[in-house]
Amino acid sequence: MKFSKENSRLSRNFRQIGIVLAAVFFVSACNDTTDPAPVTIVPTKIFRLDATNLTANQPMSPVAVVLHTSGDFWQIGQPVSVAIETLAEGGDNSQMLQSAMADNSVSTAGILLPGASASAFITSTNFSNLYLSAATMLVNTNDAFSGINRIAVDTLAVGETLAFNKAAYDAGTESNSEMSGTIPGPADGGEGFNSQRDDRDFLTLHSGVVTQDDGLATSVLNESHRFDNPVILVKITRVQ
Amino acid sequence: MQLSKLLIASSIALSSLMASAQQLDITIYNQTHGIIFTPFVVAGHDANTHIFQVGQAASSELQMQAEGGDPSGVVGLLNTANAAVSVNPAGGLLMPGQSTNLMLDTGMNGYLSLTSMLLPTNDGFAGIDAWKVPTTAGVYWIDVDAYDAGTEANDEIINGGGAPGVPGIPAAPGMDGGVNGTGVTSQETNTNIHVHRGSLGDTDATGGSSDLDSRIHRWLNPVLKLRVEVL
Repeated sequence: MKFSKENSRLSRNFRQIGIVLAAVFFVSACNDTTDPAPVTIVPTKIFRLDATNLTANQPMSPVAVVLHTSGDFWQIGQPVSVAIETLAEGGDNSQMLQSAMADNSVSTAGILLPGASASAFITSTNFSNLYLSAATMLVNTNDAFSGINRIAVDTLAVGETLAFNKAAYDAGTESNSEMSGTIPGPADGGEGFNSQRDDRDFLTLHSGVVTQDDGLATSVLNESHRFDNPVILVKITRVQ
Repeated sequence: MQLSKLLIASSIALSSLMASAQQLDITIYNQTHGIIFTPFVVAGHDANTHIFQVGQAASSELQMQAEGGDPSGVVGLLNTANAAVSVNPAGGLLMPGQSTNLMLDTGMNGYLSLTSMLLPTNDGFAGIDAWKVPTTAGVYWIDVDAYDAGTEANDEIINGGGAPGVPGIPAAPGMDGGVNGTGVTSQETNTNIHVHRGSLGDTDATGGSSDLDSRIHRWLNPVLKLRVEVL
């Protein structure tokens, strides 16, 4: 069942690539009729991102995947953008996907469950200064997220893969109270994004969840929600 | 095939010729949410020198730094070994989310090491043991983990005890520690340097077993990130 789902998602992605290629061909075909001189096919790079959730019981929100030619989505010690705050507190990746920095963006489908993998294809006609960033929330936390920031992919050869085991970040925008009503994941079903910033308001690595089983009486989390680094495996493969 | 082997061999020979006198531009990032670092020791040294080695007992000089933050003993060892040493680049404590930068001319030394104590802990330190400095110019990133010096029981009692052999934690500089903890443990079962198991803490600021706050003073590795640019 899972296998066939995976297959249909893959074939859908290939269909999308096919549409892109057809569009490129159509443009060049138009050129051909108006101008008998050289046929120009717009060169397109296609990357595949694979993400595996390495945690015990931290489902992850749909992974935002963005190609960009400049900028960082986050930096240690700096306040995060509202786009990252929104992703890290509520699992909503729409603002990251629509970032002004984005050359192209795509989201994986659905929640990435513990032990599961998800993939997405993303294309670009930019060939220099091309970076890939990706992010996802650990949904049974107040504001933990993980991912990759500004990975240079412009020198990646076709068939080449980069792999990253990444730690969990603390967005620093919401206190790690673990209290009822503050965590959007299934452990609580509480609030996601809230514009108030009541933690340190700069990015660090996450120090882990304490949980009620380890003495934090007001926590809605239990020992199964604890995690250690790394929390996610991210692979980038250039497929064209 | 033969030619490419020859080319590789000659490029290795060339790069080893160029290995002398490397200039490093180093930035140290405190990646933790609530841990504060004492003055760093950063050193370029030869292949035979180690500030510490995991699985071996800490030197009394490292014990001084890991239990009390005092870098002077480690610096003395490195000076004796003709290392290029940078001490206290942050000019004091390095707070969560903060970074500090230093330039290091390694001279003829091909290896890089680093140590700093984690506060508040009994004898936790972050360390790099003899990272081979690449001969190719460029930017390199190093994740740094927290180790337990194995020289003091992790009782998690903040009592000002920072001298070697004196129990307790010297301070919680974030002024977020508790008092009257009864002590998490009085034993140190692994007396060699090992990966720190992390702090326990509790949520009772005036009692409980620990003076540390489980919501603030825990961490997960890596605790530091280094950007090393070989110029």
